[in-house]
Amino acid sequence: MAYSDKVIDHYNNPRNVGSFPKGTPGVGTGLVGAPECGDVMKLQIKVNLESGLIEDAKFKTFGCGSAIASSSLATEWLKGKSVEEALKIKNTDIVNELKLPPVKIHCSVLAEDAIKAALRDFQEQWAAKQAAATPSVTS
Amino acid sequence: MALKLPIFMDSHSTTPVDPRVLEAMLPYFTERFGHPGSRNHPFGWEAEKAVDEARAKIARLIGARDPKEVVFTSGGTESDNLALKGAAEMYREKGTHIVTTAIEHRAVLDVARRLEKQGFAVTYVPVGHDGLVDPEAIRGAITDKTILISVMFANNEIGTLQPIAEIGKVAKERGVLFHTDATQAVGKVPVDVEAMGIDLLTCSAHKIYGPKGIGALYVRRKNPRVRIAPIIDGGGHERGARSGTVPVPLAVGFGTAAEICREGMPEEAARLARLRDALQDKILSSVDEVYLNGHPEKRLPHNLNVSFAYVEGESVLMGVNKEVAISSGSACTSATLEPSYVIAALGVDPELAHSSIRFGLHRFNTEEEVEYVGGRIVEVVIRLREMSPLYELAKEGVDIKSMRWKAE
Ligand SMILES: Cc1ncc(COP(=O)(O)O)c(C=O)c1O
Ligand code: FES
Repeated sequence: MAYSDKVIDHYNNPRNVGSFPKGTPGVGTGLVGAPECGDVMKLQIKVNLESGLIEDAKFKTFGCGSAIASSSLATEWLKGKSVEEALKIKNTDIVNELKLPPVKIHCSVLAEDAIKAALRDFQEQWAAKQAAATPSVTS
Repeated sequence: MALKLPIFMDSHSTTPVDPRVLEAMLPYFTERFGHPGSRNHPFGWEAEKAVDEARAKIARLIGARDPKEVVFTSGGTESDNLALKGAAEMYREKGTHIVTTAIEHRAVLDVARRLEKQGFAVTYVPVGHDGLVDPEAIRGAITDKTILISVMFANNEIGTLQPIAEIGKVAKERGVLFHTDATQAVGKVPVDVEAMGIDLLTCSAHKIYGPKGIGALYVRRKNPRVRIAPIIDGGGHERGARSGTVPVPLAVGFGTAAEICREGMPEEAARLARLRDALQDKILSSVDEVYLNGHPEKRLPHNLNVSFAYVEGESVLMGVNKEVAISSGSACTSATLEPSYVIAALGVDPELAHSSIRFGLHRFNTEEEVEYVGGRIVEVVIRLREMSPLYELAKEGVDIKSMRWKAE
């Protein structure tokens, strides 16, 4: 099977590979997939707590070239978006951009899952922080 | 000499036709084009003679007493089909049980499944961590209904060589026919149907530097006389075992390939083992957590199958595919998105199946090529590990297996 030029480009020059140092404020992490299934993606976003915009994103992926390309592309798309906008990224957008064949659609699904998981992680942390900051009413 | 890319190291899939083989074949496409069944003119005689000579060369390579025991087919797949279906139909009255293994080629396993649908019972004997089948486990699986044992000689992924002579002995003792799919072994390691007690043997030309489209099934004619029902009916060629005009140029090529393999086997096997060992040493000494799949000694001299923990196989292939042709047992490389059932059958961690890479060296590989391939693989694995979340977790000391993974 031949890969599209975009998949090859992301595979050869992956954007934003890496991890944020533990405890970096505003970071949300999504870790999805399973090693025994042959694919695991870790995707992180870093939200600027003042603007509410995603100012940086990073990934690490264990998976095929299309999975690597999907997550690399996802980090590119995430930067500059608000959490709400980021939630709108669909796996089909990734499929279209990278011209993934049908057997590789699940790699894009994994990338969407990773985005959602990272956003959720950020939102949960944020909510926990808010709750800690405002005295809760106990009954 | 400058390296010519891409380098082919996927010889379990197929091999290039040896130029000497091609040369032997060429006249049989043009001036010597006769039908081997034409009994009444020189075109036919010439073709029949060529086919019979080829048959004799193949018989000699596998230690068959009589060239008539070699039945030409279209390849390994057809030979496996003919052996299993042909024996099943012929001996159905005697019994309806077949013993095979979990790591057979699909050409055996899928036939076994079909026979199951037709009322046969099949026992799939498991293999050990090293890929070896225990002959005692074969013995244990035999019942009074067993008519056939089918155990491959060498596995096409991990190259593991089975204790064929011992299994042949078990088969003899229990009076059960013994088929071996020797597609990967014939021409590469010594095969002797007499010494090893083999009754039916599958082989294929394109794995031994011969042409694609022809194979053979050895069918024993004496002690015991094995009979198989044909799966292709027609003009009764090949003594009724396989109808259809024998493709003379392909048969000539197959015979020539067999002869070259037989004559050069000791040197070729030693040379390829040396190259393979060099590749293995380079890889094992350059990256950590690489695991050898299959038996370290009892394997084909040109086979190397390793799993690079934390990197997925297809991504390794993609990193080198412009330069090196190899293959992987990863799910991502298969149409079914299932990882290799052979690696899985070894009982290793399932993720290691996704990380397995198979190298198959061949007659025309050089030392320079091996060096180049080793170096490129190491580079790509190191790069991919930098991108691997599992490698990162492992380096942090996290036990990946104890984590709860949610496959979405
Ligand atoms: C063990 C084994 N059996 C059977 C076959 C099928 O042979 P052919 O391609 O000649 O049909 C192969 C080829 O991959 C093989 O490796
Ligand atoms: S991760 Fe398996 S096909 Fe992409």
